[in-house]
Amino acid sequence: MKLKLMAATAAIALSAAAAQANTLVYCSEGSPEGFDPALFTAGTTFDASSHPIYNRLLEFETGTTNVIPGLAESVEASDDGLEYTFKLRQGVKFHSNDEFTPTRDFNADDVIFSFMRQKDDSHPYNQVSGGTWEYFKGMGMPDLVESIEKIDDYTVKFTLTKPEAPFVANMAMDFASILSAEYADAMMEAGTPEKLNTAPIGTGPFSFVAYQKDAVIRYAANGEYWKDPAKVENLIFAITPDASVRYQKLKAGECHIMPYPNPADIQAMKDDADINMMEQEGLNVGYLAYNTTMAPFDNPKVRKALNMAIDKQAIIDVVFQGSGQAAKNPIPPTMWGYNDAIEDDAYDPEAAKALLEAEGISDLSMKIWAMPVQRPYNPNARRMAELLQEDFAKVGVNVEIVSYEWGEYLSRSKDLNRDGAVLLGWTGDNGDPDNFLAVLLGCDGREASNRAQWCNEEFEDLILKAKQTTDQAERTKLYEEAQVVFKDQAPWATIAHSVVFMPMSNKVDGYKVHPLGGHIFYDVSVE
Amino acid sequence: MFGYLLTRLGMFIPTFLGVTLISFMFIRVLPGDPIIVMAGERGMTEERYQEMVEKLGFDKPVLQQYWDYLVGVMHGDLGESFVTKKPVWDEFFALFPATLELSLCAMIFAVALGLPAGVIAAVNRGKFFDRALMSSALVGYSMPIFWWALLLIIVFSGNLGWTPVSGRIDLLYYFPSVTGFMLIDSLLSGQPGAFGSAVRHLILPTIVLGTIPLAVIARQTRSAMLEVLGEDYIRTARAKGLAPARINGLHALRNALIPVITVIGLSVGTLLAGAILTETIFSWPGIGKWMVDSIFRRDYPVVQGGLLMIAVIVMLVNLLVDVLYGIINPKIRRR
Repeated sequence: MKLKLMAATAAIALSAAAAQANTLVYCSEGSPEGFDPALFTAGTTFDASSHPIYNRLLEFETGTTNVIPGLAESVEASDDGLEYTFKLRQGVKFHSNDEFTPTRDFNADDVIFSFMRQKDDSHPYNQVSGGTWEYFKGMGMPDLVESIEKIDDYTVKFTLTKPEAPFVANMAMDFASILSAEYADAMMEAGTPEKLNTAPIGTGPFSFVAYQKDAVIRYAANGEYWKDPAKVENLIFAITPDASVRYQKLKAGECHIMPYPNPADIQAMKDDADINMMEQEGLNVGYLAYNTTMAPFDNPKVRKALNMAIDKQAIIDVVFQGSGQAAKNPIPPTMWGYNDAIEDDAYDPEAAKALLEAEGISDLSMKIWAMPVQRPYNPNARRMAELLQEDFAKVGVNVEIVSYEWGEYLSRSKDLNRDGAVLLGWTGDNGDPDNFLAVLLGCDGREASNRAQWCNEEFEDLILKAKQTTDQAERTKLYEEAQVVFKDQAPWATIAHSVVFMPMSNKVDGYKVHPLGGHIFYDVSVE
Repeated sequence: MFGYLLTRLGMFIPTFLGVTLISFMFIRVLPGDPIIVMAGERGMTEERYQEMVEKLGFDKPVLQQYWDYLVGVMHGDLGESFVTKKPVWDEFFALFPATLELSLCAMIFAVALGLPAGVIAAVNRGKFFDRALMSSALVGYSMPIFWWALLLIIVFSGNLGWTPVSGRIDLLYYFPSVTGFMLIDSLLSGQPGAFGSAVRHLILPTIVLGTIPLAVIARQTRSAMLEVLGEDYIRTARAKGLAPARINGLHALRNALIPVITVIGLSVGTLLAGAILTETIFSWPGIGKWMVDSIFRRDYPVVQGGLLMIAVIVMLVNLLVDVLYGIINPKIRRR
């Protein structure tokens, strides 16, 4: 036994040493919860699972929010927007591991399996690994998808209960990753169904090699990938939770790329000739949501006046330390449908004061809720609230800052009768404006994700129309109009979009910052 | 000795039950609903929330939940993590060897330097060496771990390049985990250089984690030695003309050891607490970071199971300390 083990280690050691020259090391910020992306919701998990190991029917083009063909060569929507027919790619191979070697290529059965396990409560895999299918359910898929049919081995038809254009983008999301039905059957038979999550098999550019909890994840390039193979032979995630330590590792050459640098280190990184710093606006927005059902915040002019009193540049400088961009719209500029023609409310305390007086407001006192946690869209909510307090004091508004434990904060801020304006934000899921505008500002979202409790007929009408049409140009126009209504009505003060920084060794080539937040290494090479 | 051991073991049971109760209640009295924290900004429908409440068993009365938990623990079942959906037991044993390895090294480091430093300081009481040692011990004791670790990393790994920044072994080496102890596994792997790499990765975390116990042990040894050195039998030994090394090393140190061993036993708790920060900074895959993450995520089973296992370890170490007392001081054994 021991001999066998030694022989095995020696073999692995040799292959590791041989491949060392062509290895990309990524200092990731945390541990994945597992390797079956449909079970989880964290970006860290998706970086380690859906991006390297799996593919989806449709994919987001790296570096954009555009949806492109993936395991499906094409998709066709019926005229009523209720049926989507996917033509699947042929000749796509699944990975293999010690316990499983696929006997067939990817086909419609894998698609049916990957979705039905999430949709059907009686599916044998529904309860495996404590399956709660957060994203599938959170995106409303159980109610939206009526049926999934196999037309033939390479054609699958999804029938929806109502027309919903963002469905196409949903199919490119991480939870829609395609797993092998054959592997699932084999593991169920072996009595180890949880291996789908711990020893993943996919069709992606990298195959899973090993995971040592909280330490290292190893991948090898998939030699049979259906596109060009990945540019590096080995991909290693060195899990490094502390940002300062990641930076030291990058400097010492212990890793090639790191995410989430400390804002305080950014300038030093930019000055370092060995480090190449990439940056892009994140697909997120940080906002202050007024409670639009409570006087005087039910008056759009009062909200507008307060928005004019906010010095956003000071917030960007102090709270984001430069790693942010002032937000004028509720969706980020990297997203299609962004209305760049809109002009932000100029910072003008005098005009704001005059407008408040004109509305008969004097001696106004209000609460501002500050989140207790750090988020990319708001790295320091307490500080942001203090700056807002100063800004509002200049126009005669007295602010009290309140905060709660995160879980309490999230649930109390949903209350229709909530006292005060809430600092919160959102990070996009699928690059579709609907994912911001309908979720955060639609009438259905009141007492839930719509913290402004705002329901505007004109806005609602526009986003509903946009949801129901599949014509992209038409949708863009509708969302642009919706942003005009939003700006005019000002249910929020839009504060900032974060800027994502990715420092990497200058030996790294081909990396693109992905607006959806994922870290993708398929196209990356290292000298 | 056997009866003594049995009595000590008997005291285990109420402590163990107390720990299960405290760990169970502790995480529940913290504000914050784990389901809402899990859903984050995204939130969930009321219907979905109820579904989750049932799935996680929160719909049952708290006492019932505690009873179910206790029965599980008695059967060796610590439950499943809400987050990773894996058994807490498996996660603990996958991570614990890393913490144990680091804590043992830190303890060896602290004792190996702390004991002689304390003895030398006591023997040279009031002289320069004593003052220098005791002031450095005070500094070591007051040093924030986070800052100390980053300082060492920046100087020794960043500027001088003598030690690796973080991790347990160079990523170049890859072999299956046999014991979970990197020093042993790297030897077993037979890969040239692997053991050396594991040792180099241990240096900084060992120093950081061992600094506080080192300072405590040095100070405790010094004061215990001073007390003993003033005793009559030491004077007698001196009067008999015994060599100072023999007096200090044998007669004095052996009697000074009892309070020192108490401190070493108590330091195990400090070590495990220090491991939380040390592991986070050095990306050390142990139970410290695992516990902190679980508290933030309100991952009840992990917090409960982790606290329980840590408490059991601390209790076992203290039992061991009691047994050591018996060995060092025969009077205690006979009592």
